[in-house]
Amino acid sequence: MAKREYSYYPGCSSQKGASSSNLMKSVDTMCQELDIQLNEIPDWNCCSASIGYASGSELPRLTLSARNIALSEEHNKNQEIVATCAACWLATKEAAERLKEDESMFAEANTALAEAGLKLQNTTPIKHMAEVIIEDIGLDEIKAGVKKPLEGIKIAGYVGCQTNRPFGIAGESFENPMYLDHLVDSLGADSIPTYEKKVQCCGGALAFSEPEKSQEMIKGIIEAAYDNEADMIATPCPLCQANVEIYQDQINEKYNTKFNIPVVYYSQLISVAYGRSASDAALDGQLIKAKKLEDIAGK
Amino acid sequence: MSEMNKAMIEQYRNSFLSEVEANVEEGEWVKMCMQCGVCSGSCPLGKHWAHPPQEIFMMIRAGKRDEVLTSDSMWMCTSCYNCIVRCPRQLPITHIMHGLATYAKKLGLTPKNQPTAKFAEIFWNNMMKKGRVNELKLGLSLYFKDGFGPGIKEALRNKDLGMKMMKAKRMAASEFFGGHGVKDVSGLQKMIKKAQELEDARMKKFD
Repeated sequence: MAKREYSYYPGCSSQKGASSSNLMKSVDTMCQELDIQLNEIPDWNCCSASIGYASGSELPRLTLSARNIALSEEHNKNQEIVATCAACWLATKEAAERLKEDESMFAEANTALAEAGLKLQNTTPIKHMAEVIIEDIGLDEIKAGVKKPLEGIKIAGYVGCQTNRPFGIAGESFENPMYLDHLVDSLGADSIPTYEKKVQCCGGALAFSEPEKSQEMIKGIIEAAYDNEADMIATPCPLCQANVEIYQDQINEKYNTKFNIPVVYYSQLISVAYGRSASDAALDGQLIKAKKLEDIAGK
Repeated sequence: MSEMNKAMIEQYRNSFLSEVEANVEEGEWVKMCMQCGVCSGSCPLGKHWAHPPQEIFMMIRAGKRDEVLTSDSMWMCTSCYNCIVRCPRQLPITHIMHGLATYAKKLGLTPKNQPTAKFAEIFWNNMMKKGRVNELKLGLSLYFKDGFGPGIKEALRNKDLGMKMMKAKRMAASEFFGGHGVKDVSGLQKMIKKAQELEDARMKKFD
């Protein structure tokens, strides 16, 4: 039996052929190495992210998340829910809290859930995978398992918004969280604790609806990484990863820049540092290849 | 003017603040704003808001109903939660902005062709079809949101990116036919319909 076991909410973008399938694969590899068993919530649904609000108002939106929690409570009894996507985690945790505070809303959510034959207890803790790494396992244990230190790689730790606010990691500052930098150091790479854009917004879902406004912010996130002489950017958030990686060509065209910096997940860093192959770490999923990581993985 | 909008004007004739408190998500917090402006200064898209959050709160209290509800401003919220964690009085500002946008949409007051309002609707409808988002169709409907001609242009502009995503296995053509979804689609849809009815009934209680 695995050392740790959680009820897993992967989310829409972490499915086969979806935009963060490389997050899913590297999380899978990382969890094998850390002896974590993830039990997927059967038949989980979309949380409606942070853009669903305008069409799905408060109660429908909360009910979507309530369905996932109820399914988890029924099928993965007594297991904490773990999400890898910032928006999934935020929506689920926010729904759980709102339904705890408001009894009439809780009753109404259960009336709606009954239509799908479900019942919400709402007693399950909702965690982000970063909390599992930092709090449940701890960086000492992570460091002890490193087989191939990520030597010579300078990494800008980009925490982003929703992994950090409004909940974040216990004891960390909203304005200058340090855990990602500490993780980078534990894996033998060089962190940049003063990377000033570590919690700058990338535009989130507005990268689709307001591309110019968002790309102006993304430009700043990348520029600061270059200014700090980073070899790559690492993030826990699937939308941050996509937004900062995939629009570099369009930004270059508009601003006459020459950006070409890899953006990877913390789970890919851990997978490689624990001795797994580039393919297991899903490095083939990068649009901009993380050459220095691939080199270490291939050694 | 929508029937609902007419009814709400009639009902809350003298107090837009009471209307917001009754009908907008977390609206009961608006009166707690102390006008410090930290939210406005913290917003990543702040310079694009005609009226930043602090101003919106003051306008609500001053009864500027039309100006607030027809504003483009709250549609600029990226849900970064900076304002929430920095507000000295802990107002759930992000949620209030979402709530105002949702309420304006319910009343039919959203500015025409507001891109984020359109995207939010496309997203919700896409997700409700099968209970999970179909990213391929989401992207395509976003390109074609302004009609066929601009759609083709936009799709061509993003062609290289699409090809790269497919090569990296982060986009799948097969999603066009079916794709990911929950098994109990009908249960999920019935559940959401019920939730919507309950919420509508909540608003009617204030009639």
